Amino acid sequence: MDQFLKAVKITDKVYWVGVIDWNLRNFHGYITEAGSTYNAFLVIDEKITLIDTVKEPFYDQMMARIRSVIDPARIDYIVSDHSEMDHTGALPLAIRDIKPEKVFASPNGEKNLNAQLKLGMDVTVVKTGDSVSIGKNKLQFVQTQMLHWPDSMFTYLSDEKILFSQDAFGRHFACSKLFYDEHDRGQMEWEGEKYFANILMPYSKQLLKLLEELPGLNLDIDYIFPDHGPLLRRPEDIARTLELYRKWAEQKPLKRAIVIYDTMWHATERMTASIADGIRSTGVDTEEISVRHNNRSYVITQLSRSGAIVAGSSTLNNNLLPSMADVLTYLRGLKPKNKIGFAFGSSGWSGEAVNQVAAYLTETSVELVNDGVTCKYSPSPEVLQACFEAGRELGMQLISKVDSNSNQ
Amino acid sequence: MKKYECEVCGYVYDPAAGDPDNGIAPGTAFEDLPESWVCPECGVDKSNFTAID
Repeated sequence: MDQFLKAVKITDKVYWVGVIDWNLRNFHGYITEAGSTYNAFLVIDEKITLIDTVKEPFYDQMMARIRSVIDPARIDYIVSDHSEMDHTGALPLAIRDIKPEKVFASPNGEKNLNAQLKLGMDVTVVKTGDSVSIGKNKLQFVQTQMLHWPDSMFTYLSDEKILFSQDAFGRHFACSKLFYDEHDRGQMEWEGEKYFANILMPYSKQLLKLLEELPGLNLDIDYIFPDHGPLLRRPEDIARTLELYRKWAEQKPLKRAIVIYDTMWHATERMTASIADGIRSTGVDTEEISVRHNNRSYVITQLSRSGAIVAGSSTLNNNLLPSMADVLTYLRGLKPKNKIGFAFGSSGWSGEAVNQVAAYLTETSVELVNDGVTCKYSPSPEVLQACFEAGRELGMQLISKVDSNSNQ
Repeated sequence: MKKYECEVCGYVYDPAAGDPDNGIAPGTAFEDLPESWVCPECGVDKSNFTAID
């Protein structure tokens, strides 16, 4: 393995020593069609420093890349910016073999590392404003609590002007071309928004606060190197990424709607089509998303781009369909803001699903515009007309909400 | 009345402001919050809070 896996020199003193996970398709429930990378970085200065590590099964690959530059035993410091296992699973092995002088982490990082792993050494705690000289460079630390874990922090490398941003500003995207500008921009922005929607959306408030505070930290940033996906080196890509993050986190209402549903015998599906046509009749772009054919990560990403969500389910054994419960539970946890919508569905007899879907939407802070649209068995022309009208009413309310928001 | 900080996420409970979104009136001391109260930012319970000056 050693003869093929090489580190990649990415700046004067910094090498990429991460790994590519081509086969990752489900990251604790986040569906990752494009795989991912776990980025780790080797800084060659008077104190040789390893910034973050990788998932435990990839430990040998990371070490092979390090060995292509230096004997790993020469590493003095390891920084753990984020204690989640995709960046720390290999840390105990790295400590065992490297025997570093110090391991740095935030206060919550120390707690989490010790609660998850047996490190075999003490962690040196660092906070926002702390810095450690490693020779020509200083490591400066910025705590980014809840972006996206209690321990999260950024490390800034002063002379190379690199912000190591751990799980912010990245994307799950397996690639051997390491730089952002070597990829299709549309694909990068889609995967970036998907990453925001699936990981960072619940912490939008903290994200906006960080974006506000970042200029005041006086960090001269030439590079942003996240822990997943391609690395940012062009000023225009860095500026655009920060601008997009602000836009996503603001969650302003948008003139776009999604209708998500699952159906047993096509009745709820036919209601979906009429509701969607009703919304479209107001000029609002509307996507119909069957959750049987699309995964939860796709749905939340489309919701991030929409101001309205309509959700429908047949009733199965007095309950909503399990596929809808999956997606609605996932959406509820990601706490989207500023959405309007309603519930609907067809049933044979008891019809509990519509109220259950409505309850999910309410718990997700979706403002309901009606009490739900119901149907027994197959929808009659009258029911389909009622669906169309409910969609049209929602579309009009969305337009007025967006217009009044943009006039503020 | 002292302010309390959530060790997990950094949220600060200010008794002067209370937590009206979750039914806690302004002027409620941290000690008087019901045991069922959780951090409005990250969801952990009262035992994860420490007093700050």
